Order: sequence, then C-alpha cells, then structure tokens
Amino acid sequence: MRLEYFEMIDRVDLFDAERGHIETTSVVPAADESPVFEGHFPSYPIVPGVLLLETMNHNAGWLIMGLNKRTRMPFFVGSRKLKVRKFVTPGQILKGQADLVHEGSGFAVTRGQLRIGNDLIAEAEMTMMIMDFPSARFKAELEARALKIGMVTAVGA
Amino acid sequence: MSSTFEVVAKVISETSEIPLEQITPESHTIDDLGIDSLDFLDIVFALDKKFGIKIPLEAWTEEVNQGRASVDDYFILKNLCARIDELVAAKTA
Repeated sequence: MRLEYFEMIDRVDLFDAERGHIETTSVVPAADESPVFEGHFPSYPIVPGVLLLETMNHNAGWLIMGLNKRTRMPFFVGSRKLKVRKFVTPGQILKGQADLVHEGSGFAVTRGQLRIGNDLIAEAEMTMMIMDFPSARFKAELEARALKIGMVTAVGA
Repeated sequence: MSSTFEVVAKVISETSEIPLEQITPESHTIDDLGIDSLDFLDIVFALDKKFGIKIPLEAWTEEVNQGRASVDDYFILKNLCARIDELVAAKTA
C-alpha cells in the first residue's frame, strides 16, 4: 500500500467472474514509510478508518472492472453497513475480498470485507456508479496499475 | 397481491424516509418528493431486487438527455410503475 497515493491494493490473488468475486492482498507500510502515520497518530500509528473503506472500495472497483474487462470505470458513490471492527497497524497484511451483490444499469452494489488472518477487520456494502473513462490518459494510468497488481494476469488482457 | 404502485411507494418510503401517505401515483420523485440521484440509485437497486428486473437507468437517462423522452415519463410514479410493469411482462414473456 502507498496510502498517500491511494494505492490500496498490492496484489490480486483471485478473480472469479462467474461468482463475481475478487480476493486481494494489501501490505500496510511501516510507520516511517507513510506520512499518514505522522498525523494518525504520531505516538499511536493506525490506519484511518476511511482508508480501510477506501481499500474495500478499490477491491470493489477492481472486481467491477474485471467483470467489464476494464471498459468502464466504477466510482464510489455510497456505502451502507460500514463497520470497522479492529485497529490496523503498520506492517500488517490485509486480505481483502469483494462480491457482486447486484449489477444494475450504470451502477453496481458490492459487499466487501478486510481480514487479518482469521479476524474480520472491516466490512461494508458499497454502491458504485459505472461511467466511461474520463480520458484516454486516465485509462492508461489505470491499465498500468492493473498490470502492476496482477489484475491483467487474473482477468486477461 | 400488492399493486406495482404500492410496492414502489413502500420502497421509496423505506429508502428515503418519506411518509407513505405523501406518495401518490401523481408524485414526481424529484419535484414533489425531493429524491436526489443517489437516493434514486438506492430505490432502483431495491426495485430491481423486488421485481427481478434491471431498470434500464442508463438508457432512460440517454433518452431524456437526447430529448427523446421527458423526465416526467420516468419520474412521475404512475409512469415509472407502467415502465416497471412493461419490464416485468417482458421478463415473463
């Protein structure tokens, strides 16, 4: 993870189009590797809850882009049933997953979870608006990221 | 068996916390009920699930943007219910 760059997912471990399911890994940086921990908090570094939601949101986004073959971009527009159950500290490894709950016209609803080992850390239901890519450059940046985290390998080019 | 309108009104009431008695077949979801686009997404999600359909929100938006339909065609509840009935009928045909 590079929290300050909103690079929340390090690796796609599994993508299953038939089940509408994705699994990922995110390694939380060391305390001295991210300025986020300089403020949150200087003497007690923990990942902000909003960034855990953001991580689940990215999992949902990659799931949807895997399902639509990266032809359109999901944008987060809302969440329900958000729960952050435990603190996440520097160096921990988050295992994420997202499942498609409903594919609507121009939107999708997903359910996400983050775990550390067997512990459920956070969960939420997220609604994403699915839109055209705002620019070719944006799409290229996203393709580069997809390649880096193994999304292209998981889904296919 | 509940009518389409009764189901839609209940969904709107539960999703947007609008008293059921304020919702009529003539209600305009935006102008009368004050439902915004994000609330409407939640309503469409609930209606898709309830009726087992996929409301073609993108196609409707495009039709309105291109002037081929008016907002009232989809956002006045009696019209929305008629569209839903069409989608349900098409599914079961």
